[in-house]
Amino acid sequence: MNNSYLIKTERLKKIYPMGPTTLVALEGVNLIFKKGEFSGLVGPSGSGKTTLLNIIGTLDSPSQGSADVMGRKVETLSHKSAAQLRNQHIGFIFQTFNLLPVYTVFENVEFPLLLQNMATSERKKLVMEALEWVGLADRAQSKPAQLSGGQSQRVAIARAIVKKPELVIADEPTANLDAENSHHIMKTMVQLNKGLDTTFIFATHDEKVMHYLKRKISLNDGRVEKDEILEREMWK
Amino acid sequence: MMIHKLAFKNIYRAGLRTWLNVIALSFSFVAIIFLQGLYNGMNDQIEKATLDAQYGGGQYWQNDYDPYDPLTLEDAHAKIPDDLQKLIEQKKATPILIRQATIYPNNRFQNALLKGIDPGQTILSIPTQVLISSDETIPALIGSRMAKSSGLKIGDYVTLRWRDANGTFDADEVKIVQIMNTDVSDIDNGQLWIPIEKMREMTAMPNEATIIVLEKSSPFSERVDNWQYKDLEFLMQDLRALFLTKSIGGSIFYIVLLLLAMLAIFDTQILSIFRRRKEMGTLMALGMTRSKLIQLFTLEGAMHAVLAAVVAAVYGIPLLIYVASTGYGLPEATDSYGFAMGDRIFPAFTAGLIIGTTLLVLIVTTIVSYLPTRKIAKLKPTDALRGKLT
Repeated sequence: MNNSYLIKTERLKKIYPMGPTTLVALEGVNLIFKKGEFSGLVGPSGSGKTTLLNIIGTLDSPSQGSADVMGRKVETLSHKSAAQLRNQHIGFIFQTFNLLPVYTVFENVEFPLLLQNMATSERKKLVMEALEWVGLADRAQSKPAQLSGGQSQRVAIARAIVKKPELVIADEPTANLDAENSHHIMKTMVQLNKGLDTTFIFATHDEKVMHYLKRKISLNDGRVEKDEILEREMWK
Repeated sequence: MMIHKLAFKNIYRAGLRTWLNVIALSFSFVAIIFLQGLYNGMNDQIEKATLDAQYGGGQYWQNDYDPYDPLTLEDAHAKIPDDLQKLIEQKKATPILIRQATIYPNNRFQNALLKGIDPGQTILSIPTQVLISSDETIPALIGSRMAKSSGLKIGDYVTLRWRDANGTFDADEVKIVQIMNTDVSDIDNGQLWIPIEKMREMTAMPNEATIIVLEKSSPFSERVDNWQYKDLEFLMQDLRALFLTKSIGGSIFYIVLLLLAMLAIFDTQILSIFRRRKEMGTLMALGMTRSKLIQLFTLEGAMHAVLAAVVAAVYGIPLLIYVASTGYGLPEATDSYGFAMGDRIFPAFTAGLIIGTTLLVLIVTTIVSYLPTRKIAKLKPTDALRGKLT
């Protein structure tokens, strides 16, 4: 892996077939993300934020161009290698939390570690540590249905960071939360970024999220319109 | 091991959804085993009834006798050889004399097969003791099918005409002394049973017979001049050919039942996967490989079948034991089914049937769980997360 960057996209293009026509979701995106960044992709619906996140997260592959994620070319990754990369190095936070309803909070957070065949005692230690970071250690045995939206998203954050990944991808993490919970969630992620040096990349059009970003990348019609480093008091 | 634990956890925690699947599938188990047991029981019963009432432990046929050619009956009689006579005296065999005859019930004529049998015989389960008579009347025993076709009732007299050994026609009246209910139509349809000694007198065939029926498990199968030994393999071949024809129909029914059960499982799996496609997308995003995902969902389907087998055992075993002991009542119309059937069928549930059906359902359930899972696991994680199905 090149130490100068964590992620690098070059002339990234994504085209979706739409019946007889096509939809260009990304058009020649060139970006570099370094370790420890707290960056946000902003822009209107259809601007390509989620598509870019999906490619960076190896959930999708580009139509043209290349995406280098932690030294791996996404466009040439096999399904199995992509799954392994996601399992070991990338955490996901979804807008709708995507918690597994039949599992407890503990089991949801534990799941990525189960896939790594980690020993039970170590799993338990890491899960409880992650739950403590998000302030939900006391709800370990609750089911997702028993949690509020804010709590659910904190569980999702714990699940994303439990394996201490290099990269966390969050797609509209505050879209289903009220203002208070949104701030709480963002503060938690800022702390994790500071504490673990984890790279966070968001897709959002929530002003509350933008308030926390170190770097804001504006997308429009699949192109990078603006890429700015923001000076924030909280990051000093 | 991790996949096993996850699959178990998923179906255990799914609650009502799991139980609905399991109970529906358990019905399939019980229904398939019950119906196949019914077929097996029916075949066993038919075979036993036919052996008891018709074939005994094998037969000797007079050389000219051909049951499929009525014209052979004219000459199909001979003196009983000494070897067979000894068996008859030891009550290890019983002779039957068969001739063609005509009866005239209710002012019409009807061809009949006249069969003479020893009223004291115990080889065949025919109520021949009713033929023991002290008066001069010729007593006759007929079956319920013959009674129905001729309109004869107990106590009726009917004119009987026959030819004796010299070909001379003779006639007399016989009295219907009993109408037997038998499962074996081959000893009933168009037949009159009378005492063999009386018949020998009527036909001038002293000490003659057409066939000799041996007792069950008789070891005797010696070669006898002018007589042919017919073992049970030969005697039962028509019945077994009929079984085969019927069993093809039974197998089709079995397969249809199995397919219906599988369709239910397939639909359930499709529905379940349709509902859980976002969950599958999440699992992919968390790093579960396609093969693990397929294993997980396929195993869940197979575990449903295992649970269903357990549930089916809980209520199915007592139910099947009860039905096997009390029998399953059949409507009267089944008499036209083509062979000996009682008014109650006692299903026969063998270990082979139960284990075979259980394994078959398990295997097919696993396959129908695998197919839709494989399809959805081929989706891109982003499509699965969005809830797309294709």
